[in-house]
Amino acid sequence: MKNAVGREIPEEIIEITGKEPFQGNYYRDDKPITLHGPTIRPVMNNQKSKLVGSIREALEKCEAHDGMTVSFHHHFREGDLIVNMVMKEIHDMGLKDIRICASSLGKAHSALVPMIEDGTITNIESSGVRGGIGEAISKGKLKGLAIMRSHGGRVRSIATGESHIDIAFIGAPTADDYGNLRGIGGKADCGVLSYAIVDGNHADHCVAITDCLVPYPNFPAHISQTKVDYVCVVDEIGIPSKIATGAAKPTTDQRKLLMAQYCTDVVVNTPWFKDGFSYQTGVGGASIASTQYLADIMRERNIRMGFGVGGLTKAMCKLLEDGMADVMLDVQDFDLDAVKSLKNVNHHRIPAAVYANPLNKGAVVNKLDYVVLASLEVDVHFNCNVVVGSDGMITGAQGGHPDTAQGAKCAIVICPLLQGRIPAICTDVTTVTTPGESIDVVVTDYGVAVNPARPDILKALKEADCVPLKTIEELRDIAYSIVGEPDKVEFEDRIVGIIEARDGTIMDVVRQIKEV
Amino acid sequence: MSNPNKYRLRRTMMFLNCQKPSLIKDPYVYKPDSIMLDLEDAVAEREKDAARYSLYHALQEIDYRGVERVVRINGLDTNLWREDIRCAVAGGCDSIRIPKTETADDVRTVEYAIAEAEREFNRPEGSVLIMAALESARGVINAMSICDSSERLFGIALSGGDYSKDLQVPISGTGVEFMGARQHMVIAARAAKVQCFDTVWTNLDDMEGFRKETEIIHAMGFDGKSIVNPRQIPVVHEIYTPSEKSVIFAEKVIKEIDTKKAQGIGVFTVDGKMIDIAFYDGAKRTIALAKASGVYKGDL
Amino acid sequence: MEIKKTAVAGTLESSDCMVTVEPAKKGIELELESAVIRQYGRQIRKVALATLKRLGVRNARVSIVDKGALDCTIKARVECAVMRAAEHEGRINWGGMIK
Repeated sequence: MKNAVGREIPEEIIEITGKEPFQGNYYRDDKPITLHGPTIRPVMNNQKSKLVGSIREALEKCEAHDGMTVSFHHHFREGDLIVNMVMKEIHDMGLKDIRICASSLGKAHSALVPMIEDGTITNIESSGVRGGIGEAISKGKLKGLAIMRSHGGRVRSIATGESHIDIAFIGAPTADDYGNLRGIGGKADCGVLSYAIVDGNHADHCVAITDCLVPYPNFPAHISQTKVDYVCVVDEIGIPSKIATGAAKPTTDQRKLLMAQYCTDVVVNTPWFKDGFSYQTGVGGASIASTQYLADIMRERNIRMGFGVGGLTKAMCKLLEDGMADVMLDVQDFDLDAVKSLKNVNHHRIPAAVYANPLNKGAVVNKLDYVVLASLEVDVHFNCNVVVGSDGMITGAQGGHPDTAQGAKCAIVICPLLQGRIPAICTDVTTVTTPGESIDVVVTDYGVAVNPARPDILKALKEADCVPLKTIEELRDIAYSIVGEPDKVEFEDRIVGIIEARDGTIMDVVRQIKEV
Repeated sequence: MSNPNKYRLRRTMMFLNCQKPSLIKDPYVYKPDSIMLDLEDAVAEREKDAARYSLYHALQEIDYRGVERVVRINGLDTNLWREDIRCAVAGGCDSIRIPKTETADDVRTVEYAIAEAEREFNRPEGSVLIMAALESARGVINAMSICDSSERLFGIALSGGDYSKDLQVPISGTGVEFMGARQHMVIAARAAKVQCFDTVWTNLDDMEGFRKETEIIHAMGFDGKSIVNPRQIPVVHEIYTPSEKSVIFAEKVIKEIDTKKAQGIGVFTVDGKMIDIAFYDGAKRTIALAKASGVYKGDL
Repeated sequence: MEIKKTAVAGTLESSDCMVTVEPAKKGIELELESAVIRQYGRQIRKVALATLKRLGVRNARVSIVDKGALDCTIKARVECAVMRAAEHEGRINWGGMIK
């Protein structure tokens, strides 16, 4: 059955998953749903200690069993040590058929590959996967289906009970002995615990893992003692240098600066750029440079940002510090400056649910004016692919891409026309992760294309005469004229993963890669 | 033999190593006026052959979208330059840059080889232009005769690195060591009605110094600057952008001269200034600069 | 053109390719390694073989390690490696053998 972005979703997948094909962005708007609650063991006895001596002990106390679902957050990014630590213990216990429900998995977790091969791990739900795990899934090594879902989509699936977590493992930079957890004050600070909050609310068991035990009460808690069953102290939960990748040096790559300039020109010449506007941007060189250009124009025209949101960086937090933005809403910190900025009274932590869950009573992304995103590929229907490489290998993550793109009034995607020989603007993306109806403007080094569904934006940019406007087909044609039209990548029939839309419908499927 | 490209705008002439495919595949996205595909100093001795094959196919197959394609050949004191010229002309380059030019004869030697290559590869006679880089005290002193040496020569460029060595002084960053050469070369070029280009600024960490130097050479009358990194392009183009006032004035001058000439009037006033035909070329150049800088959308 | 010795041209930098040409007894043996092999492997082979043919190479073992090079670079590197392997000297037939 073809879904709303023209992708064939096989009947068998619809049957196995019980999910519907994607029907468009607003399919589930205003439709009633019932939320799911966990089954918990109350702690009434004031003699009970939550401290456990080891992860093994925690697993045993939480009744770890074959076929269970364990969850993790990715605030420690490529510096995460928790996932490998816990999974090694599960592997050593000889447990099988484990489902991992992570907010994301990265290159730091390649140690899981042998566990996929030996059947310890048979299902993975994540924003995406990079490195070894992505390759293993693409090569068909995972027994079950991998499910890729956005940050908002993950909250939705846990809150509605589609994903039921047996044991949540929450790495916490600081914890007290009764399970009050904070993202700061320890040896491996990540600033916020936003992605893990839904785990605390909906998992049957919840184990906090820390390398910095502090006196009770660790307040104000980012995750409360009322959610946590056990606290386990280990030597090290994360590698600080890989968590906050450090304030990135401003890029000197003229190509990125050029795209940053185009992006800023788009923002400042569209109608939402006025006092009190809202903005989200990413961590790439062009995004950061674009934020700096934007700051110059805000200063010049005396325009303030109402709120900024997202995974935050130094460039965004500086707007707050300089009094040019009123509020920052924070779900993740990409550098130490963003962590430090949390001291500012107008820098607020928000749970992933508040940030992006599509099926609550309205997420922050719905209030966004602008979001600036990246993409591996964009096709002539404006569909984006941020998960599967052009070579067919799973290599990225949805993150908040589909959430913010749908929510924002003006969603801008920055990507260079060519990545080496690979055209980023193409006829059909390898895999659809964000539907074209969410994407409004595509900025490349060769020009800027506006989605024809947004004549208002096209008109504004034409009038301003500020950027080289092209149609998306023109951009594709330029790309193909330089590198040649790529051959279609060949896949096996077997489906190894699905790309879930924000609302739980199926956006696309990912097939096993064919060996060459 | 008059090549319409001889007097094109050349604010930025960007050096690119022919031996690096990543550099030569799409430099036009940065919108330099000219690129200088280098076979000389940037290319290691044992890669000289490789650079030529790259150059030939780049010229043949890459659409540089109107950016002028200048090829810097190896020096006349090597056994490489003749084949460099055959390769560049066969590939379809727009111009040849002669390094270490010392005399008018150097230019004529190259001109002869170019003409030969044009015949060999069936290119129209005179289609390939020449620019001469002056890299020594002797070359600078001979600027006038070099400027006058060939109808194909569109301009001369100062090459500061070698020139300062010849002067036996280090490059100070203040420009003091280049003062005489710059002034002398601009005057010679203007006298011969060819263009004049300034040397490169290599310290990419000092963008302020680069900006200051560019402001100075702009004020001195240079047509443009050799550059080594795309980051330098927007700075030069910004400095070479004519002011709104001067664009409006130039537009009036051109329109007035066009109408008055038709009426047979030679001298008249615009905004209270005495104007005659001598203002025409300058005004045209201002409009061309304004168009290239994106600040003129009028009908001239 | 006769391949007299082993020769290499190109680099492993992005957008480049490294071509090695070795003498062989019989026919052309072409080995290709590329990050874009799934999308452009066919095209790269086609360009390399056509270039070898134009150069009149009948017997050679050719290996290409590609880092996303455009066709013009594939041609240039194959030509350079062959000319080096054939110990070619003197004027080059631009627009003829090199095209």
